[in-house]
Amino acid sequence: MSNHSANDNTVLAAENVTKQVISPEGSLTILSDVSFSVNKGESVAIVGASGAGKSTLLALLAGLDLPTEGRIWLNGVNLNDLDEDGRADVRATSVGFVFQSFHLVPSLNALENVMLPLELSGRERPRQAASEILKQVGLADRWSHYPAQLSGGEKQRVAIARAFATEPAVLFADEPTGNLDSRTGDRVMDLMFELNKTSSTTLVLVTHDQALAARCEREIGLDAGRLVSDNKLIA
Amino acid sequence: MKALTYAIRGFGRELRTGEVLVLLAAVALAVAALTAVGFLTDRIGRGVARQANEVLAADLRLRSPDPVPGEWRDAALEYALQTAETQTFPSVVFAGDLSALATIKGVSDNYPLRGSVRVSDRLFGEQHVADGIPSRGEVWADGALMARLGLRVGDYVTVGESDLRVDAVLTYRPDQSIGFASLAPSLLVNLLDLPGTALINEGSRVGYALLVAGDESAIDEFYAAVEDELPQSVRVRNQEDSSQRATNAADRAQRFLSLTAVISLLLSAVAIAMSARRFAHRRMDTVALMKSLGARQRFVISVSCVQIVMLGVLGILIGSAVGYAVENGLTVILADLFASELPGASLRPVGLASGSALILLVGFALPSLIQLRNTPSLRVLRHDEMPPPPSRMFVAGTSLVAVALLLYLTIGDALMLVIVLGGMLVISAALYGVGRLLVSAMGRSRGGVGIAWRYGLANISRRGRDSAVQVVAFGLGLTVLLLLTFVRTDLLEGWQRTLDEDAPNHFVINIQSHERGSIAEIFQSGGIAAPRFVPLVRARMTEINGESIKTREYPEENGRWMANREQNLSWAESLSSSNEIIEGTWWPPDYDGEPLVSLEEEAAMELGVGLGDKLNFLAAGQEISLIVSSIRHVNWDSFQPNFFMVLSPGALDGFPTTFVASLKIEEQQNNVLLRLVRAHPSVSVIDLEVILEQVKGIIDKASLAVQVVFAFTIAAGVAVLFAAVQSTIDERRFESALLRALGVRRRTVLAGVLTEFAALGFAAGLLASAGASILAAVIAVQLFDLDYSFNPMLWVGGLAGGVVLVCVSGFVAVRGAINVPPIDVLRAA
Ligand SMILES: Nc1ncnc2c1ncn2[C@@H]1O[C@H](COP(=O)(O)OP(=O)(O)OP(=O)(O)O)[C@@H](O)[C@H]1O
Ligand SMILES: [Mg+2]
Repeated sequence: MSNHSANDNTVLAAENVTKQVISPEGSLTILSDVSFSVNKGESVAIVGASGAGKSTLLALLAGLDLPTEGRIWLNGVNLNDLDEDGRADVRATSVGFVFQSFHLVPSLNALENVMLPLELSGRERPRQAASEILKQVGLADRWSHYPAQLSGGEKQRVAIARAFATEPAVLFADEPTGNLDSRTGDRVMDLMFELNKTSSTTLVLVTHDQALAARCEREIGLDAGRLVSDNKLIA
Repeated sequence: MKALTYAIRGFGRELRTGEVLVLLAAVALAVAALTAVGFLTDRIGRGVARQANEVLAADLRLRSPDPVPGEWRDAALEYALQTAETQTFPSVVFAGDLSALATIKGVSDNYPLRGSVRVSDRLFGEQHVADGIPSRGEVWADGALMARLGLRVGDYVTVGESDLRVDAVLTYRPDQSIGFASLAPSLLVNLLDLPGTALINEGSRVGYALLVAGDESAIDEFYAAVEDELPQSVRVRNQEDSSQRATNAADRAQRFLSLTAVISLLLSAVAIAMSARRFAHRRMDTVALMKSLGARQRFVISVSCVQIVMLGVLGILIGSAVGYAVENGLTVILADLFASELPGASLRPVGLASGSALILLVGFALPSLIQLRNTPSLRVLRHDEMPPPPSRMFVAGTSLVAVALLLYLTIGDALMLVIVLGGMLVISAALYGVGRLLVSAMGRSRGGVGIAWRYGLANISRRGRDSAVQVVAFGLGLTVLLLLTFVRTDLLEGWQRTLDEDAPNHFVINIQSHERGSIAEIFQSGGIAAPRFVPLVRARMTEINGESIKTREYPEENGRWMANREQNLSWAESLSSSNEIIEGTWWPPDYDGEPLVSLEEEAAMELGVGLGDKLNFLAAGQEISLIVSSIRHVNWDSFQPNFFMVLSPGALDGFPTTFVASLKIEEQQNNVLLRLVRAHPSVSVIDLEVILEQVKGIIDKASLAVQVVFAFTIAAGVAVLFAAVQSTIDERRFESALLRALGVRRRTVLAGVLTEFAALGFAAGLLASAGASILAAVIAVQLFDLDYSFNPMLWVGGLAGGVVLVCVSGFVAVRGAINVPPIDVLRAA
């Protein structure tokens, strides 16, 4: 066992994580030997140039993919030991997502989209919980609308509601404001940090946006697949 | 969370997407077509069997040399069957000084149970359906008898000790012989008048018959109940060979219907497979998302399966409703073909069709859906992550098994299965190969001619494999549409041809050798071409290869009947145009060797006799020995005099010979017939008009049925075209948005898309024309016994149809995509 997972307060840890993919030009190393850990309730921004490997790292941390080498702990579980369904179970109970391109299910209305993770993790009274949280993101009166009927900002608010609905241990966000204008983006992020505080969820955020990164407690820098900086910021 | 609830939740909105509609339409069409076809083939078969039963005037006839015991009739009544009785015997009847031999037929109240008697007010006058039977004291007399006795309607005829008034001319009774048997002309009498004639006594040769009709199963039960008690002398008949013509027409209709059903099914399968692929493709994002939110593989796959099953059920409901409505509609239209006492539209075809639709879904949609489960959840972050494509062996395997199972359920016709399936496979392979060649050729010709052209052709070659697959789908759809359109036309025309205007409508039989000259003259003076006189010798078969026909074993029960019946032997120098040699050879024109016989194919099969076998006959007390030298196929539809056994010239020299002739006689030429029967009283004229009408009726109605089912098939073909276009719609939407965002005008984008579709349609039309020509030839010859003639319209139709259909369905499907504001697409949900 490494020191990362030894710490009681650790919720997420990467240990010597390397990711290689086979491309037509041969084997390509996207991440090499990345190690760090994140404490409960922390908010972390992962920054770096385009192509640095930020999204890849996020996918590995959330168990969407497996590293070529190294290990990842999420909420005390070693993801390497689990099969696909096992990792799905971990996500259902402990992980929330907010994506750059919203990713709502088009055939479900706003309320049903928020209910989805609640139902997948077998929570009681999903409908009440979902409408409660929709109210918190300010969309109580839009619950019956389908994604096609919502604006970008509204869609992202639904996505945030959905991500927080299960009160996950870790919330991952990949460029959550990338598709929004700056004012809408700011409002969405206000909402996200607010929920992060009230629910003591850990936040892992990939972003290009310096101002947004600056709102986090910590910033991890990636360059060409290597971890190049890890700074505590003063909020 | 239950997959079921989730599946139901999104279902309503899923229904609005294009590929789901295509999927739904494909299932519904398959079900509707199968339901209608199942119903029709069943009904046409039964309708024809019933018309065939008219020849008996009943469904079942018990004939006995002794009076029919009352118990038989009681037994029939017990099974709720209708009954009637007849008594038939020959007797000389008188009118003034004249006398003639007549067949007296006494009939009871319900006669005939099947078919109807026709009468007319004067000799060769207009005939109409008779009302009931002759009243007491009245008779209906055959025209020949009236001619011989110089009778008119209203005169009296002496029958034994009674004088009976001639109330009408009997022109047709369903149980009259239409073969060449020279029975004396009939006199239809009320059964209750027979005792008064005092003609029936010990020793008179009376044939008694009990006619029975009613529900099929009740008939079977009744027969089973009395079977063991019937004495040897009772002859039971429930079908007659003379219905052959009607059966031929019905057979072809049934075959065509089955063919159409099979093709609708295959088309629906293709449409289902294509739209299911897209259904799965569109669900990939959602599946990846659900997996990222923690859904397990089983959940994901259950949701898709539940949705596809719900789609299937919905499609089945719609399809059954349409099929059932069509069934009922056709029942009304075809009421007189489909006897009213048959059970109404049954649910069996619906059940079969629904089962088939489910098999189609499982075989053609499931492989794509199962694959969904392997969608990487990483797709939420990297959009080009895809599940590995389903194993081809698996897809091909399930699909083939599904198709084979279905076809086995739908039709049992092995030959048709091989031709259709084999043809489709070969054509698909050819389409794919040639499609790829065309696609690469088009890619090379894209220089010049402007942006729309370049963009369209560039698209085709860039999508290489997909374009080729589309050519296959379009091509297959077009092939079957062409095939059906032309086979159907050929078929309908072929039918009409068999019943052309010049088809003979009268047989003249029992002509003596010396009467031929004078009869020819009578016809010629009446403006009718002299007929060909076909010789006929009555004989009975005695031995086959030296074995008595009584002790011989026959491959089919009909063989025994065939061997025992009175045979009409004929001879001919040259082969009749309505015959075709299928085995052995016809004798040379000047043949003068040992006596040979040419057998009709079914007779040969039933008797179990082949080339070189020896048949012995007894005619007028003399033995004839014949060697089988050829087997013939006879086109019974031709209404020419045809025979099971035709002998070589000279084989019948010295035997008592009569002649028969067939003629086309117009209504207004009927006085010729009057002159004929007056000058030659022993000659009988048989009116075939009623039978012709019957056959025509069947063909007309079967044609209508064929058209209806054909419409379903066209719809299924269009569904395939739509599915093919739909499969690229996302990409097109994106591309067109991109191009327009880059400043290309909407019209130019549309022109580009149309160029692409036109080129695809042209390629598909070209290949489809070739495929359909070949298949049509094989099918016409192998399945329908029709001559095939090359039809250049097929190519015109193929190419024009290909371009137009593909462009139109492409335009309809793509228009929406092109009209979307580019920003909406580029910013995607
Ligand atoms: N499966 C793969 N196959 C090939 N190359 C890959 C694969 N996954 C990632 N890459 C490459 O690895 C590099 C890192 O990708 P990643 O998406 O993690 O970058 P990123 O830091 O998120 O960039 P951006 O800020 O542009 O989103 C990129 O060059 C990408 O093309
Ligand atoms: Mg990224």
